[in-house]
Amino acid sequence: MKPQVAFFDFTSCEGCQLNKLNFENDLLDILKHVDIVEFREAMDDKADHYDIAFIEGSITSPSCVERIHDIRRRSDILVALGSCAVNGGVNAMKNLHPIDEVRETVYGDDKYLFATLPAMAVSSVVKVDYEVRGCPMTQQDFLKLLIALVLGKQPPKYGSPVCVECKLKENECLYNRGMVCLGPITRGGCDAVCPSFGQFCTGCRGILDNPNIDGMLEVMTSHGISLDEAKKRMLLYNSNEVQL
Amino acid sequence: MSRDLDIKVHHLTRVEGHGNIVVNMKDGVLEKAHLSIVEPPRFFEAMMKGRSFHEAAIITSRICGICSLGHQLTSLVATEDALGLEISEQTSLLRKLLIHGATLQSNILHAYFLAAPDFLNVGSVFPLIATHKDVVLRALRMKRLANDIGDIVSGRAVHPITPVPGGFSRIPEKAELLEIKRRLLEEALPDGLETIETMKALAGAIPQFERETEYISLKHPDEYALYEGDIFSSDTGAISVHKYLDVTNEFVVNHSTSKHAKYNRNSYFVGALARWNNNHAQLGEEAHAAAEAMGLKPNCYNPYMNTIAQVVEAVHCILDSVRIIDRLMEMGLKNEKPNQTPTRYGRGIGSNEVPRGILFHDYTYDNKGNIIKANCIIPTGQNLANIDDDMMKLVPEIINKTKEEITLNLEMLVRAYDPCISCSVHMLEVDFIE
Repeated sequence: MKPQVAFFDFTSCEGCQLNKLNFENDLLDILKHVDIVEFREAMDDKADHYDIAFIEGSITSPSCVERIHDIRRRSDILVALGSCAVNGGVNAMKNLHPIDEVRETVYGDDKYLFATLPAMAVSSVVKVDYEVRGCPMTQQDFLKLLIALVLGKQPPKYGSPVCVECKLKENECLYNRGMVCLGPITRGGCDAVCPSFGQFCTGCRGILDNPNIDGMLEVMTSHGISLDEAKKRMLLYNSNEVQL
Repeated sequence: MSRDLDIKVHHLTRVEGHGNIVVNMKDGVLEKAHLSIVEPPRFFEAMMKGRSFHEAAIITSRICGICSLGHQLTSLVATEDALGLEISEQTSLLRKLLIHGATLQSNILHAYFLAAPDFLNVGSVFPLIATHKDVVLRALRMKRLANDIGDIVSGRAVHPITPVPGGFSRIPEKAELLEIKRRLLEEALPDGLETIETMKALAGAIPQFERETEYISLKHPDEYALYEGDIFSSDTGAISVHKYLDVTNEFVVNHSTSKHAKYNRNSYFVGALARWNNNHAQLGEEAHAAAEAMGLKPNCYNPYMNTIAQVVEAVHCILDSVRIIDRLMEMGLKNEKPNQTPTRYGRGIGSNEVPRGILFHDYTYDNKGNIIKANCIIPTGQNLANIDDDMMKLVPEIINKTKEEITLNLEMLVRAYDPCISCSVHMLEVDFIE
């Protein structure tokens, strides 16, 4: 029997799911090897058990906590898709401010009407078996993981920084072009897509293991931005990962 | 007819985000009919505080994956307005090309994958692979080309990379644009014409329902407005984008984590049908022929026809993209650097037509170029009151149908608006009681 797979969205932009609907060239081939049994954004069907559940989005409310428990209970393998699910992503920027202040900015006097939690990675709440990083996750990355799981193999892991992939593409370093880039401490696997299109790395795939944070801040501030600004840049996608 | 009716559709499928349909009728009296928005809040407004103008569009793009290009461009226009950054004609043309790509992608996705299954009595596009393979392949081909426009011009169709304040971080190659033009003419145009035939065959299943309302869109003197123009109301005419707050008048309702909007009436309509009603005269003859073939006439008051208006726009986007590429070739592509030197600091407002309707971003910057205050008003939020008003008129008209048929009609109504719920609750000032 083909593996039964399902997709679920939590607090996110649903862009990672959209990237799956954008598999125009491969969609029909993928469907030869897996059965999609639940995918609310694209279909009506619902199922009770999943061989593989793909989770997009952060956990940000008590109802999210309950729903992810329910999905985990009914799934053999659970995969976090995209930076919101993997480490909280941009959602976690709100965690940098006192939660009461965040509520007040948005709700005003009604700040306690809606139950909200700090934005959490899925792995803060239930066990996550695999992850696909990035904002958005790339289709290639997702396919590599899906193929590995269908074949019962281990998916690839990325241990080197974006800078390595950027050098392999022979891009001119963006620091030489007057920009401030997070490539040196950001986990690779994206093929240095942003620097290749002339834009600085925002750190969307998360920070490497054992990063030299102080060294990175020194490089950034020596290229014309303040320490405060450098820290903000570093936290854009990694508020839950980096302690500054 | 005296009837009790209790409909609850939990987490409506084939729409972006989480919404529930709730209808209550007691002894023939309709007490409640609305779309309840239950998407968790995102708090973008709080996240934006203190962020640099270099980051604003990167962050707001993440309000929504489906509308990421729209948010990004509207954000850039607002930032450029606030900081006094002039942009070149080349930048403006490349942005218009991107909007066409994103509109084509979104409209085709909605018409084929999200709306069409209702007309063919299936729950998703997947069963259609077996029964209508050529149609599915055509839809995938059109989507691929539309996404390729995004990939080539902006680096990535979902969460674009190259559009930055003041211009582009990379200019596409001439050969890349000419290849897009070739595919638009040789692939997308024939596919677009076939799409009209397919939709014409399905159009018979579109429910007959009319409710005249206020239609709001951008309007531009020289073109079918998508990238720039004044706000235009079908009731009261033009008003400057800088006065958008007078139009949107957002208010909180207790069944939605997204705020509602109203201008001259209780509710108004934004999106493809509003653009068609307000600006159809500026479409070319091919788009008009498409509209006629599918039974869409000027001043159409049937919200279900929004999907058809989207297909008409797809034809326009294909042909106008070719015109834009021709103009860029005529001018000669220049390797321009983005203009990122502010000439002032303060408040700026941006507005574009994105696939689901008119979008506003409003930022205030301090004199270091960091955001003090941000406000984004989203098309789906503006449509919510109109959807509720449609439901209140629709339910009594179809009350003799079975509960299942009524539910399907309501689901199709909401899907016709192509709602984007993640967007609509980007920042929520809520009063949500379950």
